[in-house]
Amino acid sequence: MGTKNWPLWEIFVRSKNGLEHRHCGSLHAADSDMALENARDVYTRRNEGVSIWVVESKHITASNPENNGELFEPAQDKVYRHPTFYDLPDEVKHM
Amino acid sequence: MKNENLYNYLLGIADNSLILGQRMGELCGHGPSLETDIACTNISLDLFGQVRSYFQYAGKIVGDGRTEDDIAMLRKERDYKNVLLVEQPNTNFAFTIGRQFLFDVYHLIFLAELQKSNDLTLSAIANKCIKEVSYHVRFSSDWVKRLGDGTEESKAKMQEAIDALWTYTDELFHQTEADVAMVAKGIGVDVTKLKEDYYLRVGELLKEATLHVPESKWFQKGGKEGIHTEHLGYLLSDLQYMQRTYPNMEW
Repeated sequence: MGTKNWPLWEIFVRSKNGLEHRHCGSLHAADSDMALENARDVYTRRNEGVSIWVVESKHITASNPENNGELFEPAQDKVYRHPTFYDLPDEVKHM
Repeated sequence: MKNENLYNYLLGIADNSLILGQRMGELCGHGPSLETDIACTNISLDLFGQVRSYFQYAGKIVGDGRTEDDIAMLRKERDYKNVLLVEQPNTNFAFTIGRQFLFDVYHLIFLAELQKSNDLTLSAIANKCIKEVSYHVRFSSDWVKRLGDGTEESKAKMQEAIDALWTYTDELFHQTEADVAMVAKGIGVDVTKLKEDYYLRVGELLKEATLHVPESKWFQKGGKEGIHTEHLGYLLSDLQYMQRTYPNMEW
């Protein structure tokens, strides 16, 4: 039995309630149910998560690295777009 | 020996997890895919964790200084009390999954009853193990369905594995002397009462997997009394190699 025909899935794990799901890697699985179980075994066996999302990799549209100049460089010299001029109360976490 | 019946009873439970854990551990680096390889070895580690709880307790109640490691590593083949089912080899992935499924269903209903034991240590161990085993049942059941209701080849292999392993299922419900003594004290589970529920659950799942329930009424037995199939000796020579070659070695 090979996995060469199984599609690739991207795995997102939320490490605890209140935090967002983060991309942690990818794996092969025949369908979404198997992808969830595989993700549980591959990415949360050391107590890393409380929730898992899986999405088939082909459904992700990625930006083209060739366009990085026009997409991202204009943001580099605009420091005023960062909200660093406000004092945040200590109670506000995960900003 | 002090508390001999309870000691033997604990070994009867724990040896199933030990031997099955060793079988699943054999797949480390050899699983059919990276993902199933990790899944199988995760199950193996769950089972070894359970074994530690039982053997630590067994060492304590005997009270002659023997440790969990002594109990796991230094017995002879005839002193292992696991059922024949769990020592059957990883012939192919369908056999690995079939063996796991046929044991998991039993394991889950057994632990549900063991939680009611009036031995508080045993009921606490059962309470901890049952979450792990619920996942094992889900994993192995899903694979039985996938392979059974899969391609022509996977269906044939899954059916072949179920047919071959079926003869080892009845032994799960045999009582040993230690079983009878512990049931009488309200410590042990009366496994004879689990049989009907077991075959009902297994039958339903097999049906869902478009497999047929084997009709053979002839069953193997002996593991619980220490009479094993030829496979256990080879398994133990792997399991015990380090302790036999370098006695008292630690790491």
